[in-house]
This record gives sequence, C-alpha cells and structure tokens, in this order.
Amino acid sequence: MRWATFGSTRAALARGETTCEAVTTTFLRAIARKRHLNIYTYVDAEGALRTAREQDRQLATGEAPPLAGLVLAVKDVLCIRNWPVTCASRMLDGFNAVYDATAVARLRRQGAILIGRTNCDEFAMGSSNENSCYGPVLNPRNEIYAPGGSSGGSAAAVAAGLCHAALGTDTGGSIRQPAALCGVVGLKPTYGRVSRYGLVAFASSFDCIGPLTNSVEDAALILAAMAGVDERDATSAPVPVAPEPVGLTDAARCAGAALRVGVPKEFFGEGLDSTIRCSIEAILHRLRAAGAVVKDVAMPHTRYGIATYYILATAEASSNLGRYDGLRYGYRPAPDGRKRIDLHALYAQARSEGFGKEVKRRIMLGTYVLSSGYYDAYYAKAQRVRALIREDFDKAFQEVDALVTPVTPVPGIKLGSMINSPLKMYLSDIYTVTANLAGVPGLVIPIGAHASGLPIGLQLLGRPFDETHLFRLGELMMQLAKD
Amino acid sequence: MTVSVEQVRYIARLARLAFSPEEERELAEEMSAILGYMQTLDELDTSDVMPMTHVLDLAGVVREDVVQPSITAEEALRNAPDSCGDYFRVPKVID
Repeated sequence: MRWATFGSTRAALARGETTCEAVTTTFLRAIARKRHLNIYTYVDAEGALRTAREQDRQLATGEAPPLAGLVLAVKDVLCIRNWPVTCASRMLDGFNAVYDATAVARLRRQGAILIGRTNCDEFAMGSSNENSCYGPVLNPRNEIYAPGGSSGGSAAAVAAGLCHAALGTDTGGSIRQPAALCGVVGLKPTYGRVSRYGLVAFASSFDCIGPLTNSVEDAALILAAMAGVDERDATSAPVPVAPEPVGLTDAARCAGAALRVGVPKEFFGEGLDSTIRCSIEAILHRLRAAGAVVKDVAMPHTRYGIATYYILATAEASSNLGRYDGLRYGYRPAPDGRKRIDLHALYAQARSEGFGKEVKRRIMLGTYVLSSGYYDAYYAKAQRVRALIREDFDKAFQEVDALVTPVTPVPGIKLGSMINSPLKMYLSDIYTVTANLAGVPGLVIPIGAHASGLPIGLQLLGRPFDETHLFRLGELMMQLAKD
Repeated sequence: MTVSVEQVRYIARLARLAFSPEEERELAEEMSAILGYMQTLDELDTSDVMPMTHVLDLAGVVREDVVQPSITAEEALRNAPDSCGDYFRVPKVID
C-alpha cells in the first residue's frame, strides 16, 4: 500500500503528487477486493468521493482543513448522521442515526473523509469479533484467525489497507487487543479525554473512543482533533489537550534518555506466550541501551482485574441496555393479531429475539450482581477493589512515567476456538482491563511477528491525561523494534 | 457457587428476557462458573476501602437553561417501529 499512513499521504498531497480523490478511490478499490474479510458493514463511496473532490478544490486554493485527505472508517457503534448504526445487532437493524457523535463531528470538521462503518462484536461485547450479526471478521494477517475484538473490523481495516485510520471503542481492551492481533497502532485515551456523545453506551464508566492507525503520529493527530471537553458529555474532562506532536520522531529520540519505564511482573506471569515475552524483553533491553531507566514495579491487584471488570461492566451494561424495549426504536416482533398482548411479554420477546447470545449473557450477569441480596457481595465489593487497582497505578506512576506490558496472553485466537467458553474468553482480557478500571491511557504498538504471520503487540500505559509520553515512547519503541 | 434454573428464571424476568428450557440450563451452568470465578475478590479485605464509583473527580456540570437547536419530532420518530402523527404507537396493553 503506497499511502499506508495519513502522514505520508499528507506529505504527498502537499507536494502535489496525488489527490484526495485518487487516495479515496484506491481505498474503495481495496475494500471491494477484500470483501471476503467481512470488515465493512456499510460503505459510502459516493459521499466519500464527494468530500474528497471538495477537498481537492480547497487544497488548490489553500483553504483545505488540516486533516484533508484522511480516509477514516468508523466502528459501527458511533452515530454518523443519516448513516445506519447497528452495533452489529439485530436489535438495531435498520436504525439510522439522526446526529453525529461529537468525535465524528470534530474529525469531519478537520477534514476526515468518512468512508464506511466497520464490523464489531455486538454492542462492543466480545474479544474476537465473532459475536456479530454480520458474522466474524477474518484477520488479514492470517485468515483462519479472528482479528480480536470488539473493534475487530476497525483493526482489520487498517491492517488490510482499507483506510488510513479507523475509530474504535475500548471498554475493557476493545481497541488495544485487536490492534495487537492485527499488527496496528491502537490508542485507548484517558477516560474523559474524548466525549462519548453519540457513542451507543455499553459501560459508561469505562467506554473510551480512540483511533487505530498505521503510525503513532496518525494516532496523535486524530486524538488531538477529537479530544476535549464537550457540553453534551458531562464526563468529558476540562483538561487541556496537548497540541499535535510536530516532529514526533525527533522528540521521541530525545525523550528516550529521559524516560523512566516500569515493568510490572504481574503482567509477565504464568500463561503468557513465550514468544511475546521474549519480544518484549528484547525491546526493553534496547530501550535500556538507548538510555531509558527500566525498573520493576509492583501491581499486586492485577490478578483481581478480570473479576472486578466483569462485575462492574456487566452491571453497567444491564442498566444501559434496558433502553431497548422495542417501543420507540429498535427491533419489535411482528404482532400476533389473535393474542392479547402482555406488556412484559412484549419487552421480553423484543429483547430475546433482538439481542445475541453474549449480550444476553452479560445482561443476565449484570442483573444478577445488581439484584437484591447480591449487590454488596458483588457490585459494591468490585467498586472497592477498583479503588485498590487505581491505587496500584498511582503508586507505580510515582516511580515511572509509563508501564510496559503485553497486550494478550495468547498469540492469536483461531476462529471458533473460544466462542463456546465465555469465561476463557473473559480471562484473555487480563492485561487490558485494569487500564479501564483505573481510567488511564494505553497505547499498543506492533513490535514483531510470530512464525504464523500473526503480529506481536506491546502495550504502554501512562498517567491520566499524559498521552504525550505514550506517543513519544511508542514512536521510539517502534523504531527500536525495526533496528 | 451454584446458580439454579429457578434463579435464572427470576433474573431473566427482572431483565425482561425469555429463554428456552435448554438455554436456562446452559445459562445456569455458565453463570455458576463465571460468578464462582468472581468470588476470588473475597480474598481481599476491603473493609476500610471506599468504593470507587468513577475514575474522574468531576463535580456536577451545570449550564444556563437556554433552548438550543435539537432534533425535530419527525427525526425522533424516524426509527420508531410504529408511529402515528407525533406519537409512538404501541400495541394495546390495557383494557
């Protein structure tokens, strides 16, 4: 792919070597060629080309917006005015958004060309993209494997060269894990960094919108464009957004010597694939040689992350998904004219036929942990453990600027291998959920590949609202991985 | 940790979901395993830990009560399974 990153496309546009229309056409052709990967749930070729042509005219007169030429795909859980949004669920089949999500609106204003929507796990619940009413996405690096999830379509779109970048969402690792399994860059911003307005809610105290890209620079550009306080999301934080890092590569080199990096041993225990472990250790060795301080840190509550996360996230999901009742929008079963309708039965039928298996399982778990008699033992207990997990991070960040960890314990997920073992699937999120519990940012970068062709990812975790450190370190480590 | 089929039925009713007898048995088994795993939290003494409800320390956000442009009634009804005039239409549920 000639223009794999937006950074290189932008430079080529500036030199007059290509046009926005040509770039968009290239991606549209690639999308048509790779249809069997089942990545896109909707493509707006006409709209994308119209925007591209308009930007070419603006470029000629010097009036183009800063991100002109950025071809962007969007996970099918974010609202885009007059486009369908289905959350890969039968429940929202035929639903058309009536407004733009704030993140989408801001990127559109900055010049993003919206090309289509990407497949994902239903309502973003899953780690393999197999819980989708459209069927699974194939991993472009090795097609017998899943791309990861839940933002599997977004990660696969970027990996397969079907867009410059894609938006995903990360509630318990849903940007970072597929980024690692598809070999792309994925950023889960700090909780509150990006407005959630227009994002179909899964677990509101965890949900984050972030970019999947082919370079750290592209991720930084997209974050800067969509971040910032929004009056339509009371949890968007009034924290200033760092300007886009100009000359990221140079800054990364300089930063290397000054950085202190922590390695939590709890993330490198039993169950971690040995190739992933060795690859990360090799990079850490080079990082030390580049002058960074690398030291062990303790994160003693890491092992309680999965239980804590799945109690709180399913509880929030059961509450958020209560809105799907088949009355005002969403799936409603066809009426049976002869029977008198019972309201409870109408709700139950709409929800049972509209939702898929994993979504119903999580609603059941969430309802259980919130139900009378069990609330204190599960929900309230998990809220307390969440505080302990956050404390682990606060303590570690007194000593170091960032943490280096694996992203997944396994090298890949073969299609069909985990779909019938929900607990096993949940346990595979062990290295990603604690960042969501603590609200800290996480950046995943590709650092190598397994013999199977599947990529190896590395996760950097940083202080709240300090994505800049992650970008510099990520850029440096991607260079070290290539050396 | 054992979740019975009766408990599954009770929780399903609270959640406005309905399952076949086979699905109920499967859910009882899966929920027993998952909730059993969640009990690992009991290893921790959290008696002096405050529950964390949110990661951000944000105060309530207020704004002036001023009418802003919003979606129209027509747009609000566009995704309704059934509507009539400016109303959502639902099946008759009361006599």
